Order: sequence, then C-alpha cells, then structure tokens
Amino acid sequence: MSAVTVSDEQATSTKAKVIQPAWVRALHWTNAFAMVLMIMSGWQIYNASPLFGFTFSSSITLGGWLGGALLWHFAAMWLLMVNGLIYLVMGLVTGRFRKKLLPITPEGVISDTKAALTGKLSHADLTKYNQVQKLLYAGVIIVGILIVLSGLAIWKPVQFQYLTALFGGYDAARYVHFFCMAAIVAFMVVHVVLALLVPKSLRAMIIGR
Amino acid sequence: MGRMRKLLIPGVDKTLLVRDAIKTMPDLTRRRFISGGASLGALTLLTGCDVTDSFSAEEMLKQVSKFNDGVQALIFNPNAMAPTFPESAITKPFPFNGYYDVDDAPEIDGKSWKLEVRGLVDNKKSWALDELYQLPQVKQVTRHICVEGWSAIGSWTGVPLRDFLKLIGADTRAKYVWFQCADRDGYNSPLDMPSALHAQTQMSFKFADEILPRAYGFPMRIRVPTKLGFKSPKYVISMEVTNDYKGGFWEDQGYNSFSGS
Repeated sequence: MSAVTVSDEQATSTKAKVIQPAWVRALHWTNAFAMVLMIMSGWQIYNASPLFGFTFSSSITLGGWLGGALLWHFAAMWLLMVNGLIYLVMGLVTGRFRKKLLPITPEGVISDTKAALTGKLSHADLTKYNQVQKLLYAGVIIVGILIVLSGLAIWKPVQFQYLTALFGGYDAARYVHFFCMAAIVAFMVVHVVLALLVPKSLRAMIIGR
Repeated sequence: MGRMRKLLIPGVDKTLLVRDAIKTMPDLTRRRFISGGASLGALTLLTGCDVTDSFSAEEMLKQVSKFNDGVQALIFNPNAMAPTFPESAITKPFPFNGYYDVDDAPEIDGKSWKLEVRGLVDNKKSWALDELYQLPQVKQVTRHICVEGWSAIGSWTGVPLRDFLKLIGADTRAKYVWFQCADRDGYNSPLDMPSALHAQTQMSFKFADEILPRAYGFPMRIRVPTKLGFKSPKYVISMEVTNDYKGGFWEDQGYNSFSGS
C-alpha cells in the first residue's frame, strides 16, 4: 500500500513539472507539419497567378506544378482544420487560453518589449508567458482562424458567398489569405529562432518538461 | 551522386536505359509529380518518412481529391446563385485563356458546325447553330474564376442548359453531361448532373451582347458560374448524357474534378 502512495506522490510531483501537456505537444507538431505543407503548396499555387511582382522559387514549393500543389493544399487543409479545431476547443475547455494568454495589457507589452530588446527578459519560468509572448501567441491564433476562413472564402465564393463578401469579395479575400500567410511565416521565423535560443523551451515542447 | 552510380549497369547503354525508363512513365501527370521531387525531398527531412516515394503519395492525393469531390457535391446548393454584377463591373478587356495561343484557337465555320447529342437522351438529333439561336436565351453577368486564382467578370447570353436537356428528353437521373470540344488535342470535360441542372449553367452564344468571338469559344461554350473556369468548355462540338465518368483534359492531369466555387 505504501509503495502505491509513494508512486502517487511521485506522479503528482512529475505532473506539476509538466510545462506542455501531451495534447498541446501532439497538436503543436501536427499543426507545424500541416502548416509547412500548406505554405509550401500555397506558394506554388500563388506562382500560377502572382499577386505581386515576384514568385517563389520552385526549390521551396510543393507539388511541382499548379495541379500537384492544389492536390497537396486541399489534402493538408483537412489536417490543418481538424487539428486546429481540436486545439481551439481544448484551449477553451481546459482554460489554457485564459490562463496562459490573458490578460494582455498595452503597458505590459511595451515594458516587456523594452526588456526583450535590452536582453533583460527572463525565461526562468517557462510555464508563464511574458506579455510579448502572450500577444504573439494570441495573435497567431487569430491569424490562423483568419487564414482558414479566407481560404474557405476563396475556395467556395459561391456556396460560402456571405463569407467571401465579409472579406470584401473574392479578389480581396486572396490578398487577406496571402497576408495571413506572410504573418504566419514571420511568426514562425521569430518563433523558431527564439526556440533555438532558449533550447529548454524546445525540449518542453518535445518531452513536456 | 551515389544514387546515380548505382543505376549504372556494366554493358548496358545508359542512353537506351534512360529511354526505356521514360517509356514506362504512363502519363504527363506522373512526370509532373516527379518534377516536384526536389521539394518533396525537403519534406523527407521534416517527416522522416519517405514521401519521395511519389507513387504512393500520388495515390493518397488522388484519393483525397475524390473525397473532396464528394464533400463539394454535399456543399453544393442547387438553389445558391453565383453573385451577379452590374454591366459596369465587366472586366475589360476580358482575358483570353487557354493552353495554346489565341492564334491557335479553333476556327469554326458556324454554317457547317453542328452540336452532336449522344447518350441517355430521347432525341439524338444534331443541332445547327441557327436552330440553337432560336431557343429562348438569358443573360448573366457573373465572375469567371480560374483555377490559377485570377478572376474576371463577364457577360454571357445563352440557353440555360437545363432547358435544353429537358427539350432533348435527357435522363436527368444520369450522373454526368460530358462535353467534347474542337480545341487542339481534344479538350473535354465532365459536368455532374446537379451542376448541369443549376439555373445559371448555360450554353452560351454571346459575350457582352455580341456573337461569341473566336477567343471566347465560338460558336458555343458552356458557362458554369458555380465552378472554376476550366469546367466551362469552349468550342463545344458534342454533349453526352452518361452515367460513366469519362475524365477530362485537365481532370486527368490532376485538377480536382468537381472544382466547385
């Protein structure tokens, strides 16, 4: 009996140290994989009718040509959407969004940005996000919702015409979709660089602790 | 490089070997998928699994595309109309688009042209252009959306396809209306019956109130404003009401077959 009690205590103390629970880690890496597929195939699709005066090098695109890229894009979208929906539901139900991402105050963001730029921002406690992290993580969730909705607006401008109209019409929705991609890519660059600069945060997203 | 060396077999002519290997590739699609191998290679690094095995990846993608056909058929609302626009919104000039230059577009003699009707219909008579012109026509100003992403607003006038299908006694329980065209290399495309019966799906004879010019598909094109542009075939020469999926020019190369908007 006593052995059981000890192992229970151990379990509790181990649990207390978990920074990223298993569901967060599973959804995070599934999302990362789906996003890479979506972005690389999306660049190939963009190349068929560029919105701006540049195209993406074929060395960083997926699908080989427009038809192949569309197949990848409309396959990976299911993974992205289903995974994203589970994440949103779990984030709301478990209270993780509220606990981790709120509150965000302008003063807090300004002072933490100053601290970050002068190298004074502490990463001692990985369970608590600073104000800049809160803003970026909450922001990228909103951009993630927007990129899916604008994508649906481009995919089904007749069947989902009210959604398309909400984005200002078909052509405007294409720009929204593009700028959301740009925002996510910018986020990913900063996110990956910082994860590599603070390796224990990367470890926490892999093994949980 | 090591991979290349392994492919060299003593006593076998490299050039002939490569020629034989290319012959075993069945179609354009496969080659196009393989040409994407470089970026697929980058994926291998991320996933640890070998997606450069493009034949299985290709098969998986084809299955998902078929699944997406089904999803889009469910999403399709026969009563949802494509948004219409005022004449002032028409894109000028309206773009010519094809897999060939406009100079290579079919030149059809409207006097000798006839629309051939086949398959599950009561009346298989062919229709001359003058006969078709006498049927009641309607005008629509709708957005044409290309699979490439660009779009343009145009004005098309013609006979609602559902009226024509009724006139020829088509079995509207059939799955598809399959169109064949006069384009070089023989363009064709299947249209699912619910979309064929949509109120805005049209056999178009005019663009911007003028007889359809050669660039836009003279003498007749199909206009499906609830689908991507490649599902609106130009230079149509025959239509067949059928339960068989007969494939299409772009559909066979990998574009999603339903491609609903």
